[in-house]
Amino acid sequence: MLMIKRKYRDTLRALVRAAALGLAVAGMVFCTGTAARAAGDVKLGIVTFLSGPAAGPFGIPSRNAANLVIDAINQGTLPAPYNTKGFGGATIDPVIIDEAGSTTQVVENFRNLVQQRHVDAVVGYVSSGSCLAIAPVAEELKMLTVFYDCGTPRIFEAHSYKYVFRTSATATMDNVGAARYLKQMFPGDTTYAGINPNYAWGQDSWRDFTDSMKVIEPKSKVTVALWPKLFAGQYNAEISTLLINKQQIIHSSLFGGDLTAFLAQADARDLPKHSRLVLTTGETDMYTFSKHIPDGTIIGARGPYGVFAHKSPLNTWFRAAFEKRFGTPPIYTSYQMAQAILGLKAAYDKAAQEAGKRPDQDEVIKALTYLKFEGVGDAVDMALGNGHQAVTEMAYGTYEYDAKTKTPKLVNIVYFPAWCVNPPPGTKAVQWISGGMKGAKCQ
Amino acid sequence: MSRDRTLPGLAVATLVLLGVAAAAPGWMVFTLVVSLAQGLVVLGLMVLWRAGLMSFGQSLYYAVGGYTVGLINIQFGLSNALLLVLAAPAVAGLLAFLLGFLLARYRDIFFSMLTLAFAMILYGVLVKSSTLGSTDGFSILTPSFLGPHPGPDATQRLLTGLAALIALLAAALVHRYLKSTAGHLATAIRDNEIRVEYLGYSVHRAIHVKYVLAGILAGAGGAIVAMAIGHIDPEMAYWTTAGEFVFVAILAGAGSVAAPFLGAILFVVLRTYAAQYTPHLWHMVLGGTLLLFIVFLPDGVWSLFERACRPLKRRAPS
Repeated sequence: MLMIKRKYRDTLRALVRAAALGLAVAGMVFCTGTAARAAGDVKLGIVTFLSGPAAGPFGIPSRNAANLVIDAINQGTLPAPYNTKGFGGATIDPVIIDEAGSTTQVVENFRNLVQQRHVDAVVGYVSSGSCLAIAPVAEELKMLTVFYDCGTPRIFEAHSYKYVFRTSATATMDNVGAARYLKQMFPGDTTYAGINPNYAWGQDSWRDFTDSMKVIEPKSKVTVALWPKLFAGQYNAEISTLLINKQQIIHSSLFGGDLTAFLAQADARDLPKHSRLVLTTGETDMYTFSKHIPDGTIIGARGPYGVFAHKSPLNTWFRAAFEKRFGTPPIYTSYQMAQAILGLKAAYDKAAQEAGKRPDQDEVIKALTYLKFEGVGDAVDMALGNGHQAVTEMAYGTYEYDAKTKTPKLVNIVYFPAWCVNPPPGTKAVQWISGGMKGAKCQ
Repeated sequence: MSRDRTLPGLAVATLVLLGVAAAAPGWMVFTLVVSLAQGLVVLGLMVLWRAGLMSFGQSLYYAVGGYTVGLINIQFGLSNALLLVLAAPAVAGLLAFLLGFLLARYRDIFFSMLTLAFAMILYGVLVKSSTLGSTDGFSILTPSFLGPHPGPDATQRLLTGLAALIALLAAALVHRYLKSTAGHLATAIRDNEIRVEYLGYSVHRAIHVKYVLAGILAGAGGAIVAMAIGHIDPEMAYWTTAGEFVFVAILAGAGSVAAPFLGAILFVVLRTYAAQYTPHLWHMVLGGTLLLFIVFLPDGVWSLFERACRPLKRRAPS
């Protein structure tokens, strides 16, 4: 019996060793084999969360959008102005990788994408930490990189980049917009509390919101600022504190599963009857969690995306095709991803037309700098960061649930022009807000 | 007793690594420098592990190393790589020396959990410091070397060469330490502390020394990785980072001072390919590999080498 067992183990060990050897050989083959690829294609690296807590609310909806839009571009089936095939005629060959993992891993994967798999451009990154770490690496490797989401305004404020772009606006306008919406729709509400996740995004959101409120409504007062941990999922202590304090407004930049959990727990304890909720990313939960969002809640989508997207043939196609293929309506990160790919297409098409052949990277970069293009939801203007950082409109609305038809909708939607909620070029967002938002054009 | 071939082996390996740093494609150089930094941390873990202690909080010193580089960048504008790789382990070692007074009293799971607690305290503090960018972290200056700035590609290669030399130095010194009486005490401590005390050695002091050594090595690893990545954030201190080091330690085995580096290279290469070719399943590939190793190679990759050498030893007259 023992003998048999040992023999069995020896065989298995030999197998493992053989597998290890095989893996090593396969690795070497991969190393040498990656240079081969179709010459005509544009190899496009797509990076977003495929695993971890940010995959559900952000990563997967944007990956789906990327697949949808790239397929449509390759087939030439997009509505105008994107009804030509490919990137300047060249077929897009997407390479999708995961953004999850430590910063070391994120940088490692980016370098491998560029140096080992030889992509022509990269679109990606949800986390601001990823964007801050990737920007200098993209510059070092001279790789055209388009960030599609990450909120922090620090990227182009502290540095000037040649190869790095961001086609979505910064998180600054989320909170400036929220303050402007409150002033316009609920001018009597001047006391407010905050519940924001305790990490960079939550801290920045709260800072921008309080600074904006000081400027827009000088009489406003903070009752309490709460900082649950990121991905805490359990907010009963915070809800108790919010119930004890008497404020008219509760500001929150909780997102994804955190937001869902908070809404469920707040709803059960009637918090929304006590104070009006302002959810800067509330749109992600609008369709999946309709019944738990109380009427009167103020909802944003980080830009003119999702339910705020303007009517256009492009938007109609996007919503219908997305829902048909994936079974849910696209949320704002889907729009942002589509916007980044369309921006790149606009730049490639423009550069290809000017060059009369397949453009090189510098020509695409030149075309993308200060480019104005049509996103799915709205016009995008690459006006900040020396033409590398987009500004868009900002929109907020008030939530209403129609129990009869079981459909959620937004009423009193207000659109704020880009230069009403974004700092003018050359000004840092934080200083612009605290300095009284000088030069804001809201008409 | 067979001849100890560790030192010549290390020297040859270092020459090979220097060759890779000088001539290999860019992504391979980067993979190597990350592996070497990780190997340094795991080398420290191995020292503790031999005494039966497993730290779940080496990420503390790894982050201290990284943030020392970042803060020296900000405060003094200094970016000299040689200076930074000396300063970071010094700061980490000092912290380990102070915490060691407390931690050296604990064993087993209590030791592990306390190390984890200290790492998470640092993580919490860093997340709350919005001037340091909170969870977003901040960028590191491009490391400079003696003389003019050599350009980004050469900088990575020089840094990798420096990391290889540091790894050689660290491995050689740890090897000497493990061969000394204090080093040999590790096994004795693991097996029977009371006997060690009766022999006249202070277990407390021996563990304290090992803990400081591990802290210094993790600090050096953190500094190197910070300069290679060009960015630091609190995640360096988070328990998942510490867990990764334990993962590599198990993968590598504690058989030799070269094992941690071999394990780290294997780990980073595995992670690289898993992330590229199975973007939706890479966690499973890594986890599955670890499980396979625990079941079939409980003494790590290094045991394969040991087994390959064993027949030679058996033939030699003892």
